[in-house]
Amino acid sequence: MTRYNDFVIKFANVNGSGSASANGMFAKAVFRMGVPVGTRNIFPSNIQGLPTWFEVRVSEAGYLGRRDGVDIMVAMNAETYAEDVASLVSGGYLLYDSSRPRPRELARNDVVDIGVPISTLLLSEFQDPKQRQLFKNIVYVGALSALINIDFDVLTGMVSEQYKGKDALIKPNVHALEIGRNFALDYLDNPLPVQLRRSNAVGDRIMIEGNTASALGAVYGGATVCAWYPITPSTSVAESFERYANRFRTDKESGKKKFAIMQAEDELAAIGMVIGAAWNGARAFTATSGPGLSLMGEFLGLAYFAEIPAVLIDVQRAGPSTGMPTRTQQADLMSAVYASHGDTKHVVLIPSSPKECFDFSADALDIADRLQTPVIIMSDLELGMNEVMSDPLVWDDARKYDRGKVYHADDLDRIEKFGRYVDVDGDGIGYRTYPGAHPSKGSFFTRGTSRDEYARYTEDPEIYTENMDRLLLKWKTAKTLVPKPDIHESTPRRPYGVLYYGTTQMPMQESLDLLATDGIHLDTLRIRAVPFTDSVLEFIDNHELVFIVEQNRDAQMRMILVNEGNIDPAKVVPVCYYGGLSIAAEFIRGEISRYFATNKLARISEVKR
Amino acid sequence: MTFVTKPRVHHPQLKVNDLGLTRRDYEGSVSTLCAGCGHDSVSAAIVQACAELSIPPHRFTKISGIGCSSKTPTYFLGKSHGFNSVHGRMPSVATGANLANKDLYCIGISGDGDTASIGMGQFAHIVRRRINMCYIVDNNGTYGLTKGQFSATNDKGSTSKKGAPNLYEPIDLVSIALQLGATFVGRSFSGDKGQLVPLIKAALLHKGFAFIDVISPCVAFNNHKGSTKSYDYVRDHRGDVVAADFVPPHEEIVADYAPGTREDVAMPDGSTLRLRKLADDYDPHDRVGALAYVQRKQDEGEVVTGLLYLDANASDCHAILETVDTPLNELGEVDLCPGNAALKPINASFR
Repeated sequence: MTRYNDFVIKFANVNGSGSASANGMFAKAVFRMGVPVGTRNIFPSNIQGLPTWFEVRVSEAGYLGRRDGVDIMVAMNAETYAEDVASLVSGGYLLYDSSRPRPRELARNDVVDIGVPISTLLLSEFQDPKQRQLFKNIVYVGALSALINIDFDVLTGMVSEQYKGKDALIKPNVHALEIGRNFALDYLDNPLPVQLRRSNAVGDRIMIEGNTASALGAVYGGATVCAWYPITPSTSVAESFERYANRFRTDKESGKKKFAIMQAEDELAAIGMVIGAAWNGARAFTATSGPGLSLMGEFLGLAYFAEIPAVLIDVQRAGPSTGMPTRTQQADLMSAVYASHGDTKHVVLIPSSPKECFDFSADALDIADRLQTPVIIMSDLELGMNEVMSDPLVWDDARKYDRGKVYHADDLDRIEKFGRYVDVDGDGIGYRTYPGAHPSKGSFFTRGTSRDEYARYTEDPEIYTENMDRLLLKWKTAKTLVPKPDIHESTPRRPYGVLYYGTTQMPMQESLDLLATDGIHLDTLRIRAVPFTDSVLEFIDNHELVFIVEQNRDAQMRMILVNEGNIDPAKVVPVCYYGGLSIAAEFIRGEISRYFATNKLARISEVKR
Repeated sequence: MTFVTKPRVHHPQLKVNDLGLTRRDYEGSVSTLCAGCGHDSVSAAIVQACAELSIPPHRFTKISGIGCSSKTPTYFLGKSHGFNSVHGRMPSVATGANLANKDLYCIGISGDGDTASIGMGQFAHIVRRRINMCYIVDNNGTYGLTKGQFSATNDKGSTSKKGAPNLYEPIDLVSIALQLGATFVGRSFSGDKGQLVPLIKAALLHKGFAFIDVISPCVAFNNHKGSTKSYDYVRDHRGDVVAADFVPPHEEIVADYAPGTREDVAMPDGSTLRLRKLADDYDPHDRVGALAYVQRKQDEGEVVTGLLYLDANASDCHAILETVDTPLNELGEVDLCPGNAALKPINASFR
């Protein structure tokens, strides 16, 4: 029986061998055939030599989460060969370089071996040893084009695009593709029962790294200062910002730039620059990951207390400490929401797709200006560093930047007495002024020490308490500004619900479909921000039991919900995966299904309506 | 501290600058530092320098870290915005502020603990980046607010108030600034307004990173016998190299009035910095020579003061980054947002 557009293919390579572009080309080719793909780079913290994998989930149904069990393995790394062979499902296909003999003891009689003498084929066709090495990857893509029916024109078209302007490279690359394809056509059974066919399932979607989308959002949102320190997996945010800012923000006449990027000496300096710039009226942001967030703690407390906007994009990786720097997790949540000593709370936005990365970057710049406080965007490696299918990016040209409450010179002329921290409008937010705005009015002293409404130092207990309470009022105001949750409730409501956030979105639909086959039906809510809007707490209220799916050990979102929402802990059941790979639908289904069985909860089919 | 607030009345004979403002217009609130603190003299010198330069008093940013020194921005330029940030991190905040608005004059105030200990990293990097600012260290060799611990600029062998000697090598901020490429490096003494005021004026007009290390004795914890940062010690061991006079653009440069060689340096705004050499073998345009001279004199127990190094043709960070002439904080949607049409080819490039 032929299975179309529904399989997992995994490429096992050696880091630094040039496999990334070939593997990317493969995924993009599938995508261009209109078939949804979820791609995952599983790579080591290393430049050259260690094993790396590239996993592609091909799914007509649009299930883009990770799935255990590999259908087709392209095993190009001798070091991991045993483990790669073992990861194949029974009946799977093993493509390998048959130029040299393989260890016999690892052979599996329940998988189909597909030997392609890749090195040998290249030996006779190319003289340059570097090309012989690089084109290995292209040859297996060529072989796959015959084996699983990749449209060959799509592949050659991509080669032409990729090497546009370097035409000399097009011919040898296409030749390498042909070497693989012709070998497969001449000597192998084609196509395999697991194969591709053209589809319309992709629609108008794009395939983009979340970090690229985040950076574009910062360009569109009007960030003019970007200060950063390199750290995996956030680095490409700043690098993409630089690329697009150079393209869109270079003055055509003078060649000068309408932005400033500073690679700081560490994360402390990066956030310090952001705060300095925002204090002086520019929109500024930084991007980092867990260790950087820890270092930024003191400054985040200053920005919270002195009320200075700042935008921080945290592309999370597996902690604690250096943890697994090239693996994904959602374990920075607590340290982001409550970053810094003293009583602090920070606004956090949690994107699930590149489109949301784009939107939230721009939104965060508005929200930070409006609330005069740091806004932290919680992305992760899964979303940030993989090419993820997404709705196309859209900008509303009528949109104006919300610079928040700022008194300019003419405003200052009108008002009698300026007080930086006077709550004029009753929403907990005062009016600020930019340095240099007015010759005699509006200047104030910004400090991390306690102060009164007029920014004068004070240790008066009442004034201090009033100020801290006003910051809480501002936190309440924040609820009206942050993105609302994404809720799916059936009518009538199901008795049970599931909460999730961020990249858990990717396997969620598949999880729900799997659970439905177990007779378990759940209402869903995807949290998109902290502080929680009332609808989040109502959702929990309206269900007998709510699962919270997270990618960390300690159920951090659950802790924050219990803490901030005064939720009965017995009502919220943690479902936590924290192995560092992206969370899989089977895991979520397994945990929830087991909970139903253990606690003898009624399956939906048994509930009398 | 003093509890006597100076009345806000102008003495009729107070000098008026080109903007019609007096020194009082450049002052801040009353100092809460100890009476006699060297830092207050530095603040007074800043007030005088800014008033004499006739820069509108609201066109400055005053940024500091944490410590006695970092409290001082409240005590000068009350019409400017100030930012008392985080310990040791003034340089990053000043960098951000300068990136946001290149048109404002930036004064950074730090101390020896704030710069030479907790802030050493940020100090090193702001020098490298040539942020256009005047960075002043009120250097008293001690932690005042926590009551008298040694700081990293304290000379080895100098003693604390209780008599304990400092066992560790000192950090010389001037040498470090020279080595890392600061284009204006000076050292002075809080008790010498005649030297300090022209230095600050020149530093403010210098396009690029200007550093002034001001020895500023701590009357509470570091002004005793055995301290090398006391009033007496510094007065006795000073060695001046180059004295700076400042000539505003409209004032004619008069004939040489000082002994020794003289040099006029054109500043970016058309004014002139006049240097008078006091030490015969000193060349303020020779960075390597300056470094050697300062260190040699230090070994001889002498504190070299004056303008130690100047590169008048220096460029600042904005020139390095090639930013537009308009301050970044004044740009709006039209300049910054590429619009939805530009997203079409971007989306296409990801298909």
